[in-house]
Amino acid sequence: MSLLRDLLRHPSGRIGLIITVLFLLAAVAGKAGLSPFDPLAQDRLARLQAPSASHLFGTDMFGRDVLSRLMVGVAQSFIVSFFSVAVATLAGTVLGLTAAWYGGLWDGIVMRLMDVLLAFPAILLALLIIAIMGPSGWTSILAIAIVYTPIFTRVVRGPALSLKRRDFVDAARSFGSSRRYIMSRHLALNLVAPLTVQITLALAWALITEAGLSFLGLGTQPPQASLGLMLADARNLMEMAPWLLLVPAVALSFAVLGFNLLGDALRDLLDPKTRRALA
Amino acid sequence: MPYPLKRLLAFPLVMFGVSVFVFIAIRLVPGDAITAMLGTESGLLTPAQREALTAYFGLDQNIFVQFWRWLAGVVQGDFGISTTYGQPVLRVIFDHFPLTLELAVLSMLLSLVIGLPAGIYAATHKDRPGDLAVRVIAMLGQSTPGFVVGLLLIFSLSVFFGVLPRMGSFVPFRQDPVGNLAQMILPALTLGTAFAAAVIRVSRSAMLDILSEDYVRTARSKGLSRRRVIWRHALPNALIPLVTLSGVEFGYLLGGAVLVEQIFALPGLGRVVLDAIQQRDYALVQGTILFIAFNFMVVNLLVDLAYAALDPRIRFETK
Repeated sequence: MSLLRDLLRHPSGRIGLIITVLFLLAAVAGKAGLSPFDPLAQDRLARLQAPSASHLFGTDMFGRDVLSRLMVGVAQSFIVSFFSVAVATLAGTVLGLTAAWYGGLWDGIVMRLMDVLLAFPAILLALLIIAIMGPSGWTSILAIAIVYTPIFTRVVRGPALSLKRRDFVDAARSFGSSRRYIMSRHLALNLVAPLTVQITLALAWALITEAGLSFLGLGTQPPQASLGLMLADARNLMEMAPWLLLVPAVALSFAVLGFNLLGDALRDLLDPKTRRALA
Repeated sequence: MPYPLKRLLAFPLVMFGVSVFVFIAIRLVPGDAITAMLGTESGLLTPAQREALTAYFGLDQNIFVQFWRWLAGVVQGDFGISTTYGQPVLRVIFDHFPLTLELAVLSMLLSLVIGLPAGIYAATHKDRPGDLAVRVIAMLGQSTPGFVVGLLLIFSLSVFFGVLPRMGSFVPFRQDPVGNLAQMILPALTLGTAFAAAVIRVSRSAMLDILSEDYVRTARSKGLSRRRVIWRHALPNALIPLVTLSGVEFGYLLGGAVLVEQIFALPGLGRVVLDAIQQRDYALVQGTILFIAFNFMVVNLLVDLAYAALDPRIRFETK
């Protein structure tokens, strides 16, 4: 809770937190069916209507309410980002911790494998995985998770290596604590700070990647809504119906901005060096 | 073992891993290459014709033989034949790579030309309105995905100036340099936005770090002008992190052009990869992805070596 208070006191942390919470509320409301209209309901008489009192962000080419689609679209983007980052964090933490702890051959295998994955530009690796598994929301989650696992593995392995040699780990070992206990208690808990920062930034990248994949038609499939799909739909209609482009574009940028600001603030707060400077 | 040497030794190993990965991955894609190549016409093939085609592309061999043949060819510069283009893969790559390379170089130049002065300005005017404006712009640039920037650029041009960027037909630089640059400037800006934002942030914070160093204060107290201290003493040192950033980012620019090429309908390597995956053109996917990964790794290796040369602290650290 003290971290939350610090975040609220930090200028970019406060703005980031407000933006993220607003988007989360919109997403939850969208998922809970609280959007003003059914996001999938078509209304042929109300096609391409400009924003008005009844349709706050206008309607699209099928007469669907843009605000409602935005709410479920944001929810979809957030779900894909959260799950993919969660999987990447878990996989990266386990791989990084065990690589640091056991060292030797296992360390070599894991880290070379991560090098192989890191040799691909992110979007290309995601494309390849999606080509194998067929496009869907779940494939996007897996693809983005695989893309970001090496980053988390590296983020965990470095500090874990130096922690391993610290006295309190030796002490725990001499008490007879099991390896699993030491890894999950002493090492993992000390990695929370660097991981928190990385997770927030990864959420921002995951949002961008998910939107890009959906934009290419390789992520969320129509008629479901996602920010990338809404942008793809807007491509040919942007002159006639600019709101179709501007609404999802602004929403996507602000969602990413929220995570980026949070990440910056967390880095300031959790890094002992800058923390002292702030105090 | 010194760090650069270690990196050099790991290089072929990782490249081998990448080639195995790509080779297996593309074969896991559902559907077969002959059907994908001929589309509905593949129904007209007699079994004998189909067999002959399969043998021609070497797809009748078992997977280890296929991999071994392919790898042996790659080492000799033979990446196989693309089923969609009916040309050697390397030929297809070299036909389309110049555009992607030009795009990456242009967007890198644009980002540095915009980002570096902005970053230095922000650092030397810390906490004043100018600094704040630069930081807000950088944050927005970092948060807006490249393809959204591209869409917004096209939108503003068509709404406010009534022009649309030239699409469909591409003008090579050699034929018409001016027309080519006019066509490439928007895609380059699009691709470079995120990088420009990163340049601003890195150059600002590096500059701030250095401006608080003792030697800078000493130089000022010796009576050197502020301008001279900034340009001659601080800037060269602030450039070191920028070298790393540029190198890493250049690799991403080369690979990340997929979306931008898609939006602006440019026939670059990113488009080739995207089409090749959809067409199950095994040899082409393998070749292009290996080619891109190779470039990416070479650039990263060079950056690491350059960094080690610039900063002695890295040289002996064995990660």
